[in-house]
Amino acid sequence: MTPSPESELAELRMANQIAANFRHHPDDQAAAEVANHLRSFWTPWMLERLERLVDSGGEGLDPLVVRAAALLATPAA
Amino acid sequence: MTLLREPDRGTPSAPGPETVTLEIDGIPVSVPEGTSVMRAAALAGTDVPKLCATDSLAAFGSCRLCLVEIDGQRGTPASCTTPVAAGMRVSTQTPRLDRLRRGVMELYISDHPLDCLTCPANGDCELQDMAGAVGLREVRYGYAGANHLDAAKDTSNPYFEFDPAKCIVCSRCVRACDDIQGTLALTIEGRGFGSKVAPGPTDFLGSECVSCGACVQACPTSTLQEKAVVLSGTPRRTVLTTCAYCGVGCSFKAELNGEQVVRMVPYKDGGANEGHSCVKGRFAWGYATHPDRITTPMIREHFTDPWRPVSWEEAISHTARRLQEIQERHGGAAIGAITSSRCTNEEVFAVQKMVRAAFGNNNVDTCARVCHSPTGFGLKSTFGTSAGTQDFKSVDAADVIMVIGANPTDAHPVFASRMKRRLRAGAKLIVVDPRRIDLVRTPHIEASYHLQLMPGTNVAVLNAMAHTILAEGLANRAFVAERCEADAFEVWERFILDPANSPEALEVVTGVPAAAVRAAARLYAAGPNSAIYYGLGVTEHSQGSTAVMGMANLAMLTGNIGRDGVGVNPLRGQNNVQGSCDMGSFPHELSGYRHVADAAVREQFESEWGHPVLDRPGLRIPNMFDAAIDGAFRGLFVQGEDVAQSDPNLQHVVAALSSLELLVVQDLFENETAKFAHVFLPGTSFLEKDGTFINAERRINRVRPVMPPRTGKSEWEVVCEIATAMGYPMSWGSASEIMDEVARLTPTFAGVSFDKLDRVGSVQWPCNETAPLGTPVMHVGKFVRGLGHFMETPFVPTDERSTSRYPLLLTTGRILTQYNVGAQTRRTANQVWHHEDILDVHPHDAEDRGITEGDLVYVASRVGRIQLHARISERMPQGVVYTTFHHPISGTNVVTTENSDWATNCPEYKVTAVQVQLVPPAPAPEKGAEAVAPAEPVPVAGA
Ligand code: SF4
Ligand code: SF4
Ligand code: SF4
Ligand code: FES
Repeated sequence: MTPSPESELAELRMANQIAANFRHHPDDQAAAEVANHLRSFWTPWMLERLERLVDSGGEGLDPLVVRAAALLATPAA
Repeated sequence: MTLLREPDRGTPSAPGPETVTLEIDGIPVSVPEGTSVMRAAALAGTDVPKLCATDSLAAFGSCRLCLVEIDGQRGTPASCTTPVAAGMRVSTQTPRLDRLRRGVMELYISDHPLDCLTCPANGDCELQDMAGAVGLREVRYGYAGANHLDAAKDTSNPYFEFDPAKCIVCSRCVRACDDIQGTLALTIEGRGFGSKVAPGPTDFLGSECVSCGACVQACPTSTLQEKAVVLSGTPRRTVLTTCAYCGVGCSFKAELNGEQVVRMVPYKDGGANEGHSCVKGRFAWGYATHPDRITTPMIREHFTDPWRPVSWEEAISHTARRLQEIQERHGGAAIGAITSSRCTNEEVFAVQKMVRAAFGNNNVDTCARVCHSPTGFGLKSTFGTSAGTQDFKSVDAADVIMVIGANPTDAHPVFASRMKRRLRAGAKLIVVDPRRIDLVRTPHIEASYHLQLMPGTNVAVLNAMAHTILAEGLANRAFVAERCEADAFEVWERFILDPANSPEALEVVTGVPAAAVRAAARLYAAGPNSAIYYGLGVTEHSQGSTAVMGMANLAMLTGNIGRDGVGVNPLRGQNNVQGSCDMGSFPHELSGYRHVADAAVREQFESEWGHPVLDRPGLRIPNMFDAAIDGAFRGLFVQGEDVAQSDPNLQHVVAALSSLELLVVQDLFENETAKFAHVFLPGTSFLEKDGTFINAERRINRVRPVMPPRTGKSEWEVVCEIATAMGYPMSWGSASEIMDEVARLTPTFAGVSFDKLDRVGSVQWPCNETAPLGTPVMHVGKFVRGLGHFMETPFVPTDERSTSRYPLLLTTGRILTQYNVGAQTRRTANQVWHHEDILDVHPHDAEDRGITEGDLVYVASRVGRIQLHARISERMPQGVVYTTFHHPISGTNVVTTENSDWATNCPEYKVTAVQVQLVPPAPAPEKGAEAVAPAEPVPVAGA
């Protein structure tokens, strides 16, 4: 399926918002918490769209989200 | 059953053990201290004649009919006002008493029309009964003297009438309105013979009366009478059931003639309401048989085609085939369902099972997503489970009540009456709300503090309160040490003591003076019993989940959890929000809030269902809409919910719905969502349902059918048939078998069965081996998760801010007489109180824009624009406007945005940046031209 950039903004907005709510923690911890949150509540389809956003350069994405996305690639502990 | 007449023992029960023994007409009886002689007599099996007494009200002692003789006492005291004493010997029937009582009755009857045979209350009138009981045979005074027989009837209220000619001035109605409802709408005017009951200087409709029905219920005569009884006669049989409107979950006696409901009377033994009700449950049930109801299945190719009525068989096989075709073409995850908080647990459980087993995915969500999903997240993270901590009764033991983002008088009226009783008795009140809700100042109640914060700053205020409590040494450190995780507390303590969380630092953001926050925090910490009650004004924010955790932190910090009178309590919106969440309709959780990633839990379901359950979460409602627009999601089953009216950013919702290949709507009416549907499956009203609802205090109440389904099928049967047609055989013999399956699969429901509910009335979960009769108060001695967990709650301001283009903040709420999207209440006489949504504008904001009372205005946000009539009001602070969302024509959700709670995607309904402008007067329509309907929603594309 061709990704539709416009509606992928939803994932960008939501992921950034999650990052903002964990930012008070040190980066490593925060990235792990964001990843954990995404794994618990996001359906695979949304995670794939997020991954595509990251792969396409991650413009507009919070760096914490980018780090979390990298963690997601590894299986949950 | 035949008509259920609940015993009336004359005065309320007294608490405590039965330690006082006395004799009534020679029969010994033991009762608690403080019991009246009248009640003791009733318990001993003797009903003393009475008129002004009824056991829902404190004794008043005005009618003098209940006289008794007591050995060793002179005279004939009134038994309703005389307390029992040990060794007392009471006679209720003597020649002297007979004579006195007949004299009293004679006086009453001499000023009462003798039209018993044609009176609507014939057979259901205490005056009539008492005339019989005292053996009245003649009335010596004729009607020649002064009397009230010509007094005019007041029929202004749509549901009941007031016929003063029949009034015996017992003041039961006045006391019911004062003490039970707390509205104080009625007074006794004048004195002596000239005294009469009046709803102030006006008629009932124009008065303060909120039409709760308490006075009608208390009235011993036909003076206050339901119009339905006047019209169709007194009812003959009773079915006990539960109101289907709000999360209070009031128990009702549906009283019928044959299959026709004559009236709904609140049930005294109802655990949630104890005999009280509000206008919606008591009177506004007529929608259930409204002619707009659709009772035949319908299908169509495209949503712009006309509907084609079809048989159930065709509707079901068509639906199943289309769903399967979509899955074949677009993959297993391309379909899903939304369950409804209006439906029974059994109906909801059936839908989520269909999704997980027949659809084979986790794409199921519930409309609780848009209201209380943050409650689930926040309370689970801190306490370990997703539910309010107390029963409603607990508020009777509260010393300080903090109401945050809730307007109980309008949204949870029966609980509000209870809360107001406690406040009138002296409990202190803190209100945290941008709007000056009624509770802030109402007869005999005044909030100690009203923290009138800017919308979107709950977390900041809660943090500032916690900061104050810690910094000023007011924390209950012993409780924290014993009951909470030490490491998490330490981390949290450092976080919250940061000066950035002080009331002074946050004042600029919240708009609340630091001194007021500090004072409120001190009051909450002082308790000794402090209880928090909150509503959607907490959850429907970008930080809804964080705010819920903030409240849980406050309760743990001060030790206000785990006993009567305290706790953190969500006031749930819809009747079955709690139940629909409990039943596993979130895409990441199976019933009982257990994550789908938990292999052990999945295994249980898989072996019961004989089908694998996926271990990854499915789509939530807003994600479904995004995926529909994207093309990944193509088929949706919507159970009893009107997403095209209730969900935010309607243009986006409409775009999503219209891009679906198959939209199946199961509902009573062709609602806004059904306009985009391809299949319409007619649903059943609560009067046809057999099942259970769970209210905001986790109370599982029975819903019993008073008539067979008008559609010929229960909703869960239809769901089973679709699942079966898709190749997953699903069936139950009855709704009670569904609950049995829930009990087998869900530890907190292990002890629940219809049989038990029918025996004991209701239970509050957890209900299992350790608590066979349920759990009124949770977290006693230990949290569900073991130790309480303090969560850091950094305040992250919402992205939705006022700008120069959209300088005002819009927030939304409800009113008493309408319900949510109004699909039900708009189809009842409740329309007389609220026939359109109105925009409240602060006088300064109005003046700046040249707006005056009643003007038609545009309300525009970055996503859309609507028109509403304005009301100038100082209830909101300057810069904030307010409206309700009960009428589709006002399209409030055309302007609300896609913003949502960071953790749960619960929409941020409570904050939308808007501009308000006068609608320029339309040029006089040319001859033949059509005037534009005044309140038509005007969506603005893309802006
Ligand atoms: S209906 Fe309720 S509010 Fe109205 S007068 Fe009666 S008791 Fe009071
Ligand atoms: S209206 Fe009914 S309850 Fe009220 S004073 Fe008259 S008889 Fe009593
Ligand atoms: S308070 Fe709620 S449950 Fe009770 S009657 Fe009113 S709407 Fe129904
Ligand atoms: S019932 Fe006791 S005085 Fe009226």
